[in-house]
Amino acid sequence: MLSKLLILAVGAILVDNFVLVKFMGICPFLGVSKKVETAAGMGLAVVFVMTCASAITYIVNLALVSLNIDYLRTIAFILVIAVLVQFVEMFLKKSAPALYNSLGIYLPLITTNCAVLGVALLNVTKGLNFVESLVYGAAAGLGFTLAIILMAGVRERLESSDIPEFLKGMPITLITAGLLSVAFMGFSGLSF
Amino acid sequence: MNNKDTFLNGLFKENPTFVLVLGMCPTLAVTTGVVNAIGMGLSTAFVLICSNIFISLLRKFIPDTVRIAAYIVIIASFVTVVEMLLNAFLPSLSSALGMYIPLIVVNCIILGRAEAFASKNGVVASVFDGLGMGLGFTGALMIIAAIRELIGAGTLFGISIFGKGFQGASIMIMAPGAFFTLGLILAVINLISAKKKEGKKNAF
Repeated sequence: MLSKLLILAVGAILVDNFVLVKFMGICPFLGVSKKVETAAGMGLAVVFVMTCASAITYIVNLALVSLNIDYLRTIAFILVIAVLVQFVEMFLKKSAPALYNSLGIYLPLITTNCAVLGVALLNVTKGLNFVESLVYGAAAGLGFTLAIILMAGVRERLESSDIPEFLKGMPITLITAGLLSVAFMGFSGLSF
Repeated sequence: MNNKDTFLNGLFKENPTFVLVLGMCPTLAVTTGVVNAIGMGLSTAFVLICSNIFISLLRKFIPDTVRIAAYIVIIASFVTVVEMLLNAFLPSLSSALGMYIPLIVVNCIILGRAEAFASKNGVVASVFDGLGMGLGFTGALMIIAAIRELIGAGTLFGISIFGKGFQGASIMIMAPGAFFTLGLILAVINLISAKKKEGKKNAF
């Protein structure tokens, strides 16, 4: 049991990294990776929301399947995620204002992060049970965090380097992401 | 702005992929082959046009405070329609695109057009906006996919172009190739627009 969970977690963080291999959550990955601090904040918020979303969508999916209306899955999941993000925002504002202030603006952005909906749908298609869903959700979030922090580290350095004019901005960012992706391909040799 | 301008605006001047750089996840994920790219592009265009029509019709009835939630429900409904249609009529495309079909819901192009255009304009204009943006997205996906498929596998639409002896650079089909291709296309666009600006300066 434990080894299966470990394999699931390593797989989601390194081998099938959500951003660099599965292309989910590219928008925040490119948009909020200018500084390591903000990237880490965004990453942690995503880990939190993904873990909660995995737990709740698991229960919602059970309800949908038992009512025989599982074709409404996409609509139900996106609503759950939107409500969850709103709820997390309100909860943090009241109980942990320091954390809220550091994450503040990134929280509402998470609703449109396709990695969150993606992990909820993958939990269903992979047929994971409750504990596995939780682990997979957290690991996928950690994989996202790892990728965005690595990217922010590289971009902070790029800021002061001499880049040809036409490559500045998005092109060099995408090429950097491509090189990171090549590095992560190395993990695909990991087998258990 | 008349309807023709609205249409061309989405196709070229504000191309969602190459100019606005929106909706990156499907752009990078499904462009391994031209067939997949067209399937994804047209599915997204369909959802975009339908949701534009509905949001434009309902724009006077949706309260401002819950508009984003309302838009998401409308978009998700049409995505479910597309999901079921593809599953019924094009099962091979449906399995090739896999979970990227339900993920059309969170494609920022669709929500972006709902907020920026359909919620402020009439039905006819919204249809043309959806058409332009949708086809602009499809065209962009096709360009990226054609480059990746040609270099990576030596085929176009699955038909061999370079003959049997051609050894494809398979990295172009894999994840890094998507980033490289889009990065280089954007660099070329930058280069061309910089040249154009220079040309204008010299003319004065």
